[in-house]
Amino acid sequence: MGGVIMLAGHRTWIFEQKPVIISTGTVGGPFEADGAISKDFDLLHADLWLGQDSYEKAHKVYFEEACQKAMEKGEIQKEQVQFLLAGDLINQITPTSFASRTIGAPYFGLFGACSTSMEGLALGAYIINTKGAKYILTGASSHNTAVEKQFRYPTEYGGQKPPTAQWTVTGAGTALLSDSGDGPSVTSATIGRVIDMGLTDPFNMGGAMAPAAVDTIEAHLTERNIDPSYYDLIVTGDLGQIGREVSLDLFKKHGTSISEEQYQDCGLMIYRKGQPVLAGASGAGCSATVVYGHLLNRMKKGEFKRMLVVATGALLSPLSFQQNETIPCIAHAVSIEYGGEQSL
Amino acid sequence: MSNNQKKQLTPVQQEYQELQKQREIKRPVVKNCIKAFLIGGLICLFGQLIQDFYIYYFDFTEQTAGNPTVGTLIFITMLLTGFGVYDRIAQFGGAGTAVPVTGFGNAVISPAIEHRAEGFVLGVGGNLFKLAGAVILFGVFSAFVIALIKTILIRWGGL
Repeated sequence: MGGVIMLAGHRTWIFEQKPVIISTGTVGGPFEADGAISKDFDLLHADLWLGQDSYEKAHKVYFEEACQKAMEKGEIQKEQVQFLLAGDLINQITPTSFASRTIGAPYFGLFGACSTSMEGLALGAYIINTKGAKYILTGASSHNTAVEKQFRYPTEYGGQKPPTAQWTVTGAGTALLSDSGDGPSVTSATIGRVIDMGLTDPFNMGGAMAPAAVDTIEAHLTERNIDPSYYDLIVTGDLGQIGREVSLDLFKKHGTSISEEQYQDCGLMIYRKGQPVLAGASGAGCSATVVYGHLLNRMKKGEFKRMLVVATGALLSPLSFQQNETIPCIAHAVSIEYGGEQSL
Repeated sequence: MSNNQKKQLTPVQQEYQELQKQREIKRPVVKNCIKAFLIGGLICLFGQLIQDFYIYYFDFTEQTAGNPTVGTLIFITMLLTGFGVYDRIAQFGGAGTAVPVTGFGNAVISPAIEHRAEGFVLGVGGNLFKLAGAVILFGVFSAFVIALIKTILIRWGGL
């Protein structure tokens, strides 16, 4: 029977129709162009402004371009896109909503901080799987200076950042999902719970988000009843150096056998050594650009067949942090498979 | 968890925070202090050279040369902030660039640039003292309190 979603356990969806990522669009800024995976971007810009008069407007353009790239590569007209599921980090997600005004597709605005990319992909796959749509565009974006301006200090302010801080990615990544076609397929998704370990330092997001990633990954493995070795790659969104190490510690403590080589982080892939990013990259655009660009390209080359993407988000606001609230975090996991037999 | 009652953390949270702490990269305090000392010292040396310049080449005395010196330093800070260099020096120099008057200049100039997009009144005007406002407020208030104490001591304390 077609179009059935199997619920495995409490919060894992198995997509029996295997929605396909028929194309993707990734756009990056100057810092990303200088990074380690610049060749995997569809479009790179030499400046942050893109001829706009504010960072927020430039942010919107980055997302628009990523959407257009995905539609262009998938040979789909914007009228054919049935739903757009996307979000970003700016107040009231205006860059994404304003970009959606240009695209004109029916739109769901999502906010899951830096976990938005996989929140969108999971929901998009769900809708495709139940035959709720034929084409869905999903994605996430962030803009270094627009996000810094909102969450931290003015960008040119000379405040020394601690070594635990991370660098917000300027970029946008989108994926076009369909019920048929050629490309990697989305096979399952595990939705995260909000986890709060009581950390309060907004300059140490990785440490705050690690337990959320661990919780979601372990739930995913348990509910699908599979061994971590099922996946060639388990990749987190933006845990950075500290978050990655802490989560490996937690796996060891819980007896989950995930190897160091198998467990990677998008925040540690996008930039090269020597770029002043401290503990790694972050931002909603981090997992979106790395997964939809670099990782899917590698997957298509046959470097690996199955990966679990776990996008992590810190659900704080500048206000909540000033009011001394702790940082609640979330992580959503989506499995993507390409080539080989897709056993479920 | 609704608030910052650190003492009310659950055992699981406490355990995790212990674990997390072991992996957290610490701020290199000693190294930062040395860097701050050197960079801060360099800025002060540069300020001294400017002051001497005003004394020797213009009609300023040691007492009056302070104002144009501060003005010049802030002007240079403005250029460095505008060209996006100051924050990079600051990441290296830390307190060495924050404590001298250049740090104060940067704290006023950077929001002015940042909020230009929201207009001159609500953007620049409303945000200019976003960072420096607290310094001014508490600086003036502490000066007032100290002056009050001094006045009381002189009047009634017989100093």
